[in-house]
Amino acid sequence: MRMLINVPETVVADALRGMAAAHPELVVDVENRVIVRRDAPVAGKVALVSGGGSGHEPLHGGFVGPGMLSAACPGEVFTSPVPDQMVRAAAAVDSGAGVLFVVKNYTGDVLNFEMAAELAEDEGIQIAKVLVDDDVAVTDSLYTAGRRGTGATLFVEKIAGAAADEGQPLERVEAIARQVNENSRSFGVALNACTTPAKGSPTFDLPPGELELGIGIHGEPGRERRPMMTSGEIADVAVNAILDDFTPRNPVLALVNGMGATPLLELYGFNAEVQRVLAQRGVAVAHTLVGNYVTSLDMAGASVTLCQIDEELLRLWKAPVSTAGLRWGM
Amino acid sequence: MLDAGFLIRWLTTAAALVEREADRLTELDSPIGDADHGANLRRGFTAVTAALAKEAPATPRAVLQLAGRQLISTVGGASGPLYGTLLRGTGKALGDAAEVSEAEFAAALRAGVEAVMRLGGAAPGDKTMVDALLPAVDALDAGFGAARDAAERGAEATVPLQARKGRASYLGERSVGHQDPGATSAALLIAALADSQEQGEDSTS
Repeated sequence: MRMLINVPETVVADALRGMAAAHPELVVDVENRVIVRRDAPVAGKVALVSGGGSGHEPLHGGFVGPGMLSAACPGEVFTSPVPDQMVRAAAAVDSGAGVLFVVKNYTGDVLNFEMAAELAEDEGIQIAKVLVDDDVAVTDSLYTAGRRGTGATLFVEKIAGAAADEGQPLERVEAIARQVNENSRSFGVALNACTTPAKGSPTFDLPPGELELGIGIHGEPGRERRPMMTSGEIADVAVNAILDDFTPRNPVLALVNGMGATPLLELYGFNAEVQRVLAQRGVAVAHTLVGNYVTSLDMAGASVTLCQIDEELLRLWKAPVSTAGLRWGM
Repeated sequence: MLDAGFLIRWLTTAAALVEREADRLTELDSPIGDADHGANLRRGFTAVTAALAKEAPATPRAVLQLAGRQLISTVGGASGPLYGTLLRGTGKALGDAAEVSEAEFAAALRAGVEAVMRLGGAAPGDKTMVDALLPAVDALDAGFGAARDAAERGAEATVPLQARKGRASYLGERSVGHQDPGATSAALLIAALADSQEQGEDSTS
């Protein structure tokens, strides 16, 4: 194991201390694991709180700031945060206009945020929740926990964050967040398993010359293993898996997301192939984002997320945002 | 009769078993989960033993409420709320008595397991901790030792199952052939029940 860490037990706390030093515009409570924008609560405006396991950076702490999240709660690596963190975050950012919890559809996140919502409501904070479940690699059925929440989380946090910044009421911000989720689909591919600090070795074995299709963001294997493919072949599989699931009638936002260990050189090349497949399938692209945004530690590979948008969602997407991980227009 | 002291011994024994088996739990969690079940539970049970050493609540219910709250506040993931709910649900069903019979405890533990099933939405055969807990409460009439054996068999029986809840469910058929880490840790908790009873008998004989 070669990792730039001290000991596995302090990985998250160490990262938070470093984040605090790099971002004075954030209040980082290392002990209680809550990251809050310094000017919170913003009077009269809905607050957005998200969180999840660490190891997905810049998600979620890197998306705290004007135009996006009000606060984030990082858990242990790949482990949901605990309700105490979310209650503390909600109390820190609520201006009286209510708080929207953005929750990825993983059992741990769902259960902890549900408990947190009850506790926060007991304290008089109005809470709404949106569940992100965009991953088409997991077929939804009565017998599974449903689709995973992955890349669409970025779209939901950015667009709902812009709506909150405009001063829209809680029920409207929640409705927009739901609309973004319902119009988003993702598919991911791993070229290598990741190594968690606690385990110190790859979470699954992927022999050289093979790849995993349909992976999530927690180092778990995907749905299918295949011999290595070219970037163009992978783009065909990923985009077609998404478009087989839904047919966008409007232009889409495209996120070509690195899983953590794939360089931008490869991601931009992959994006060229993704754009080719989208053009072949007649899908118009309003805006594309390429980079490492919803990662899985040092996993190599990429995911594609498409979000069908209308004029309002595009306007909110383009609105200024100023966070550690996403910044434009201000 | 079981008093607060017995329940403190149960949870302390469980913490020691989790400590001993943490690496195995994490190992079981790598092929079908995210390789942290052992580390997460160890963190939670360390907090439980610390809290119990500090406070030593007077009733069985208070022990379980305190321990459950610690697990919810420290474990994270799905295991935190689920194990926290198991202990708190069991405690709630015990009422405020200073001592309870084994039969009363068995009924309360069943209520705790039912609370877990409601929260997680899992049924028997979904390849979760329920597959160890439910056989254990069914066997409790025959004693804690029988429950330990039933839980262990239940955990082993998750190997051929396809997961339908939790992170392993996202792997579909590929979850088959691996023992569920949650069922395995649940079996440890039940084993600790039998162990602490045997320890108690040793110390009084």
